[in-house]
Amino acid sequence: MNFLATHFNYIVVVILLMAGLFLVFSSGNLIKRMIGLAMFQTSAGLFYISLGKVSGGTAAIAVERGSAEAQALAAQVDPAYAAQRGFEGVIYSNPLPHALILTAIVVGVATLAVGLAIAVRIREAFGSVETSDIEVLSRVEATQPGPQA
Amino acid sequence: MIALEVLYAAPPVLTLHAPILLVISPLIAACAAALAPSARVSWMISVTGSIFAAWMALALVGEAARHGTVTYIFGGFAPPLGIAFHIDGLGAMMALLISGAGVMAAIYSGHSLKVEVRAEKHTLVQAGFLLCQAGLLGLVSTGDAFNAFVFLEVSSIGTYALVAIGESRDRRALPAAFNYLIMGTIGATFYLIGLGFLYAATGTLNMADMAGRLATLSDSTVVQAGFAFIVVGLGIKAAMFPLHGWLPGAYAYAPSLISIFLAATATKASLYLMARFIFDVFPDGASFEQGFIAWVLAPLAATAAIVCSIQAIFEKEVRRMLAFSSVAQVGFILLGLSLATSAGFSGAMLYLLAHALLKMTLFMAIGALALSSRYRKLDDIAGIARDAPWSAAALAVGAASLAGAPLTVGFLAKWRLIEAALQGGQVWIAVVLTIASLLTLLYVGRIIEAVFFRPAPAGAPRAKEAPFGVLAPLFVIAGLCIWFGIDASLLEQLANGAARALMGAP
Amino acid sequence: MITLPASINASLMLDIVLLVMLLVVAGAIVRTRSLLAAIILFSIYSLISAVWLVVMDAPDVAFTEAVVGAGISTIVLLGAILLTRGETEKPDWRKLIAPALICASVGGLLIYAAMGLPELGDPASPANAHVGRAYLQRTASDIGVPNMVTAVLASYRGLDTLGETAVIFAAGIGVALMLGFGPRSSLAPPPAQLGDHHVTLRVAAKMLIPLIALFALYVQFHGDLGAGGGFQAGVIMSVAIILHALVFGLRETMAAIPPRVARSIASLGVLIYAGVGIVCMINGGAFLDYDYLFPPEIEAQIPGWILGDDAHAPHWGQHAGILGIEIGVLLTVTATMVTVFYGFAGRTVDDARREARR
Repeated sequence: MNFLATHFNYIVVVILLMAGLFLVFSSGNLIKRMIGLAMFQTSAGLFYISLGKVSGGTAAIAVERGSAEAQALAAQVDPAYAAQRGFEGVIYSNPLPHALILTAIVVGVATLAVGLAIAVRIREAFGSVETSDIEVLSRVEATQPGPQA
Repeated sequence: MIALEVLYAAPPVLTLHAPILLVISPLIAACAAALAPSARVSWMISVTGSIFAAWMALALVGEAARHGTVTYIFGGFAPPLGIAFHIDGLGAMMALLISGAGVMAAIYSGHSLKVEVRAEKHTLVQAGFLLCQAGLLGLVSTGDAFNAFVFLEVSSIGTYALVAIGESRDRRALPAAFNYLIMGTIGATFYLIGLGFLYAATGTLNMADMAGRLATLSDSTVVQAGFAFIVVGLGIKAAMFPLHGWLPGAYAYAPSLISIFLAATATKASLYLMARFIFDVFPDGASFEQGFIAWVLAPLAATAAIVCSIQAIFEKEVRRMLAFSSVAQVGFILLGLSLATSAGFSGAMLYLLAHALLKMTLFMAIGALALSSRYRKLDDIAGIARDAPWSAAALAVGAASLAGAPLTVGFLAKWRLIEAALQGGQVWIAVVLTIASLLTLLYVGRIIEAVFFRPAPAGAPRAKEAPFGVLAPLFVIAGLCIWFGIDASLLEQLANGAARALMGAP
Repeated sequence: MITLPASINASLMLDIVLLVMLLVVAGAIVRTRSLLAAIILFSIYSLISAVWLVVMDAPDVAFTEAVVGAGISTIVLLGAILLTRGETEKPDWRKLIAPALICASVGGLLIYAAMGLPELGDPASPANAHVGRAYLQRTASDIGVPNMVTAVLASYRGLDTLGETAVIFAAGIGVALMLGFGPRSSLAPPPAQLGDHHVTLRVAAKMLIPLIALFALYVQFHGDLGAGGGFQAGVIMSVAIILHALVFGLRETMAAIPPRVARSIASLGVLIYAGVGIVCMINGGAFLDYDYLFPPEIEAQIPGWILGDDAHAPHWGQHAGILGIEIGVLLTVTATMVTVFYGFAGRTVDDARREARR
């Protein structure tokens, strides 16, 4: 049970990952598969962010030493906790996973845009975005060139 | 015999920055190509950018042979805080392969694109092609695992749409491109998840730093999960059996420029990264790694070599046949890597280079034959030797190399692999290699028989010989297949340098 | 177990509640048959993720997820289903068994592996203690910008961000290749635009568009000091342009920013980014080493009042370098999002149906 509390994020991230992957593999509709893929990609990002979280931390934007903001943030942290972990003053969360996932989110939307563009063209060429229809049509007229565009 | 150390091809100021110029020149060329006013200008930009990158790659090969490793630190921040390029013998060899293939494909595309793709799209196609090249070159140069992911995606995202462009000749290019996109993205995301586990265990993204920290951690489930996901993700990208479903469609229906370039480089770059992780990043003595190589990697590679060769035999369409053949040949390379000995690595790298050369020849020759007529099925290209003798001759050279005929580079590479297998005591690998080679002979035989010995089908349009712009790169590559079959010293030096880098300490 | 103060417990509770909401929405997306419902649910998913990201101390990422996930992704998805059918077909239950088994087993393995991960929020975990902590300690002296995520993104790992910009550029090229050529609706007589019938919309848009653009510039230039940066700013700027197209007509917008110009601006952005790196190389440093952005003679001549105070003077190169590359990112992201929008919006349903009937 303790494991559930301390690793809750990771369990949920795994479930979200598998939900996205399930959509990709099981859905017959190309658009739904792209949505599943997008869910899959963003959930991988959630994993990294969970790794970078520090208890009692704040966003990785430096506050001026000795300013009112710094003192307010420092006051929120229990001195016993800070003593155990060896910090003084303000605690920040790890900025590295944030930078990485910023990149990953952008890569995700790029993939989504290209994938949907191809899906639109498939609709124009095959008349449907259901994989069953496309498979049948591919076999029947295997050598028909696509629309001139 | 030319020694690699002699390759001092660039002035010192360029050599100093060669690692990044290697990647930046196709990138800047891509931007320039997108801005180009006409297709012809974009083609010239493409060729120039690729030639410059190849020049830098040559300089890097020389540097790596002289000094062992070339390191380039970005932003003035040393790793693990910053990113660094880390090019050793293996990376330099891959860079030379990718940029060389890029030059040949770029020259070839001058005419092939005119026939296969609408004129107004050419500038964007060249831009996408150059971006793919830049991404692959960055992938093989970097020493940072997340940087590798970014460059992997740079090379992939442009390619999905470029494969789909083939729809003007065959609309099956579209579902093939979509499938490629889905599988490729799943592979990249698996890699990202695996990297997340490794980051959780080590706290760093730099591969050398990671290797140092993993040396003590190999028993943790987190590290093993990371390993599993990274290998599966890269395996999808490298078309490792049974994750290869996307490859036949993507290679068969794409425009010639893309299938030529991808067949020579894309899966091999992912194989490179996988080999880096398995042999450099993860500690060599780890029991789970030994178990993986012996019980998963080698059997899957053997299955790929045999099953996909059989699938190729029964395939009716020529380019799909070549695509299945590529998956089988990737199995060969993996079998060599799974030997985990210096001779095995050397043989695998040699086979990698040889396969790139001969697949390029084959795809270029098929593309040349296709410029003037339908070429999809074996029946379509029957008897074409009469009308297009030069292209057919080059096709024969490529086919002979694939089958491993003596005096071709394919023969030498296969021989080295079998030798390495016997030396390493893995007789079953040598047996698998021999059986697969015999199967290769079968489907290669079908192609040769169709082109040379069957009469053209009645009523088929007469094919024309391809123009000089297409024949020139074709003959250069076909010539290399024969030259390296006779004197492979240059290739062997590259392969040995790569093997040394892989065997040595990270 | 360590006693945590109340504020930490509150954030943990919020974290759990938001994650449960994500699970519910994800389940709804998997179950629904309607594509429009799936897209709206996905947009909600992105928004809840963005809130969760704020709770996890990641405002930059939350910002990006909100604009990119709930903004651009939704627009692109809606554009896609406009050009295709709106309902999925009834799923074949037998086809669901194999994917479910695969996902269940992979998921099980992942959870087993996750048991070995350090507990959530542990500041001494390898992930948080090694390179992560080094960034926290060294940013002030190395780079001098308060926003440490921007420092990592733009300076320490600037090459990654160049790659990311190239990815966006590649996506723009990809969408342009797929949807940017062929029957163009801009040549056909424009259908009645939203703004033709609704004066309120026209007036509101005229007020909002410049404000949105201004906000985008604010986000761009304050990316060093607070949450923000080139990507978020680029997407917001493109939203202003998209709003213009929605209210005043695609034809007007395409006349103001032709598709070819948009593609050229995207290339220009990447060139600016690479150019900053090359200038550093020419001045004697490594690629993207902003300390070498200005040769010493020029740097000595920069008057102190430009920088505000002498304390920032040593980081002038870093500040200018980050500014330069962020401008490149802004240009590429804006232009690419506009290109993507043109691609989807430039093909009307009539064109698509006409093509499909052929």
